[in-house]
Amino acid sequence: MTAPPIEIKDLHKYFGELEVLRGISTTIQTGEVVCLLGPSGSGKSTLLRCVNLLEQPTSGTILIEGEDITDEDADVDGLRTRIGMVFQQFNLFPHLTVLRNLRIAQRKVLGRDTAEATRIAEEMLARVGLSDKVNEHPSRLSGGQQQRVAIARALCMNPDMMLFDEPTSALDPELIGEVLDVMRELADDGMTMLVVTHEMGFALQVADRVIFMDGGVIVEEGPPNEVLRNPQHERTKRFLRAIEIED
Amino acid sequence: MASEVVLRRRRIQRIRRGAMYGIGIAVVVGFVLFADWETIRRNFFNTEIARDMLPEVLTVAARNTIIYTALAFALGLVLALVLALMKLSSIAPYRWFATSYIELFRGLPALITIILVGFGFGIAFDWKIPGGTLGKGSIGLGLVAGAYMAETIRAGIQAVPKGQMEAARSLGMSPSTAMTYIILPQAFRIIIPPLTNEMVLLIKDTSLLFVLGTTPASKELTKFARDFMAQNQNATPLTVVAIVYLIITLPLTYLVRRLERKTEAEKR
Repeated sequence: MTAPPIEIKDLHKYFGELEVLRGISTTIQTGEVVCLLGPSGSGKSTLLRCVNLLEQPTSGTILIEGEDITDEDADVDGLRTRIGMVFQQFNLFPHLTVLRNLRIAQRKVLGRDTAEATRIAEEMLARVGLSDKVNEHPSRLSGGQQQRVAIARALCMNPDMMLFDEPTSALDPELIGEVLDVMRELADDGMTMLVVTHEMGFALQVADRVIFMDGGVIVEEGPPNEVLRNPQHERTKRFLRAIEIED
Repeated sequence: MASEVVLRRRRIQRIRRGAMYGIGIAVVVGFVLFADWETIRRNFFNTEIARDMLPEVLTVAARNTIIYTALAFALGLVLALVLALMKLSSIAPYRWFATSYIELFRGLPALITIILVGFGFGIAFDWKIPGGTLGKGSIGLGLVAGAYMAETIRAGIQAVPKGQMEAARSLGMSPSTAMTYIILPQAFRIIIPPLTNEMVLLIKDTSLLFVLGTTPASKELTKFARDFMAQNQNATPLTVVAIVYLIITLPLTYLVRRLERKTEAEKR
């Protein structure tokens, strides 16, 4: 496929009177890992959620592998199977075991039979290092383990790209590392990733590009070394200074 | 100084508590001494009349009460689920219809609805709901129960965190698939205790079905008791069916309390 995985053109999003996104344009290439940075309220999560239409854009277009998902006739459910999503609050299904969490969409959306769905679920669970938790209920897992299961659940659909919405923000500090390790391996395997995060270390080491957003616009973007080490804009500098003081 | 005040206050409290016990005991003793125990026994606890009620009070009356309840509950549940989903629909006319239905049937006495279903349709359209008392009664009660349970189910669906629907949709599930496999199973876990309460109310409401007129085979507990009272000029049948009602409802209310405690424990 020649079309880039994600192409965003002049995206605007209003919540009532409030303009949260004020004209975002960017393209994400196959295998690229892009981190979205910025203060809270800058619109980065909204941007991410627009990409799989959890938020309906007010205007502008988003092309997923060349298909316009903002078109009224777009097959939204079909598109979403190609886009894996990982949430801050994990959002595992609490009434189902880990195995069933990983199997249900494969069975009901992709129409795989139980045996195949189980095989793929076990393969993905091994990939995130949780093969021994296959029959547990989510509530019996730590936050870090739950997030790794959530990543495995998304991978079961064989997505072409993954969206991460602050995947480590709800975790205790000692559990962040295990989730970032899984994400790093995914990136090494060539997955296209768009990640909203506050983990500067991860952005520096893993991202091919970082996008700094503030007030609903892209303030600055580029290789992490340049944007994070030598920011050009005053707002980026201020943000990075504040983050460092926090650390 | 301060400790003396505390001591005095404690003494006053002790005296007051003693007085409360005294009044309570006096009332009970007075009742025991002055009540006409023989009349009470003969009219409310007449074992001969109670024995005459067996086995029909169980094999016919209790059985009918349970069957009316079960059918009305089943109908009400299906209706309530449809109404709850309509009320949460993005299509406005569906919401209006559900709201009107719920407000109408919750606002009317259940007796009116039962009479309407039992006789109103027959008079208006010259068409009777089949199944006699069973058909009319369970439909009438089910229509009312559906309105109450719809609100319970709607609240249960809304109590499931928003992230669950988002996660399901992100995996490519359609709204109905997500509702069926992800949201409703979680919602029903939340609403089983209140739904069981609805069932207890429904059991008691079956006593309204006497208005439909009954054959000996279709009498439920209350009608059965009233006919027995009239025959014998004695109130014992009421005591008997009261006990039967409690045998049916108390285990259910106990179950509700246990389920609620379990849900509370899971939350922690």
